[in-house]
This record gives sequence, C-alpha cells and structure tokens, in this order.
Amino acid sequence: MESFIIFISISLTIIIIIPFYRVIKGPTVFDRLLGAGAIGTKTVVLILILGLLFKRLEMFVDIALAYAILSFISSLIVAKYFSTEKAKE
Amino acid sequence: MSEVKDLLTILFLLLGAFFMLIGSIGVIRLPDFFTRSHATSKSDTLGIMLIVVGLICHEGLVLNSLKLMIIFVFIALANPVGSHALARAAFKFGIKPWFKKEEKDQA
Repeated sequence: MESFIIFISISLTIIIIIPFYRVIKGPTVFDRLLGAGAIGTKTVVLILILGLLFKRLEMFVDIALAYAILSFISSLIVAKYFSTEKAKE
Repeated sequence: MSEVKDLLTILFLLLGAFFMLIGSIGVIRLPDFFTRSHATSKSDTLGIMLIVVGLICHEGLVLNSLKLMIIFVFIALANPVGSHALARAAFKFGIKPWFKKEEKDQA
C-alpha cells in the first residue's frame, strides 16, 4: 500500500507538469490562465496524497482545503480582471 | 475487511489519476481555448472527486472523512464555476470559438 501511494504521487507530479507546456506556449492569455488553473486544482490532490503518505492527513486536509479555496477565488478575480479589456487586434 | 478497503482505495486512486491524466492531455491537444476548458473543468473535477472518494474509503468514518467530503463538495461546485468565469471572460475579450470547416487553425 505504501509503495502504491508513492507511485501515485510520482505519476501525479508528472500529470501536474504537463499543463506547463500550455502555460508557456498558450497563444492567448486565457490559455495560460487555463493551464495555471489546471495546475492549481491538481496540486490540491497532490497535497492530499502526500498527507496520506506522511501519515498526518488531518493537517494536510486543512492545507488542501485552504489551497482549493484560494485557487478558486484567484481564478475568479483574474477572469473578472481580463473580462473588462477589449481585444486589441 | 482491510483488504477490501485497500482494494477500494487503490481502485479509486487509479481511476482518479487516469482521469486527471486525460484532463492534462486534453489541455495540450485540444485546438481551441473553449475546447480546452472542457478538459480542465470536467475531467479534472471527476479525477479529483474519484481520488477524494478513494481517500474517504481509506480513512473510514473519522473526522478526516468529513473534511474530505467538504473538499469533495467544494471542488464539485468551485471548479465548474471557475472555468465558466474564465470562458465568459474569454468570450467577452473577443476570442472566436474554433469551427471544423475553417481551413487555418487559429489557436
């Protein structure tokens, strides 16, 4: 069971690295926001699984909940900021 | 009983990781912003919910499971709303949805 959790956390770090390509290459600013948002929500799960790995889930669950709320609020605020500008071209 | 618990945990964690992988590949391969927001808002949410259910199975009925259920409900509500806000902002910004018959790939 222990080694399986380690395997899952390693595969999750690989899954988190994949959207970085979209953040770097994304033609529009919203693709970059999308990639960053995707990384944010995936990190919540990585925190939970690391909590399971370190046998102290009660602390990591609080951290994951706070991080999920923060990433949600930040994606809302950034979306609101960008919705006021008009396309320049 | 603990074998069944471990089996359930492993099954849910694998399924969740599989759907999150699909979400990540979707973010990369899909042609346009709006199709990409499909990938993040839907398959990511499903992946997270499966993994949280797997953790709840592993923990049993303790306080941690209650907090995990709170995270489950919050992610189920927050992720689609965040993606909708982003898609609405992109549409107001002036990004045209991608159509199959267009020759040039604008995204």
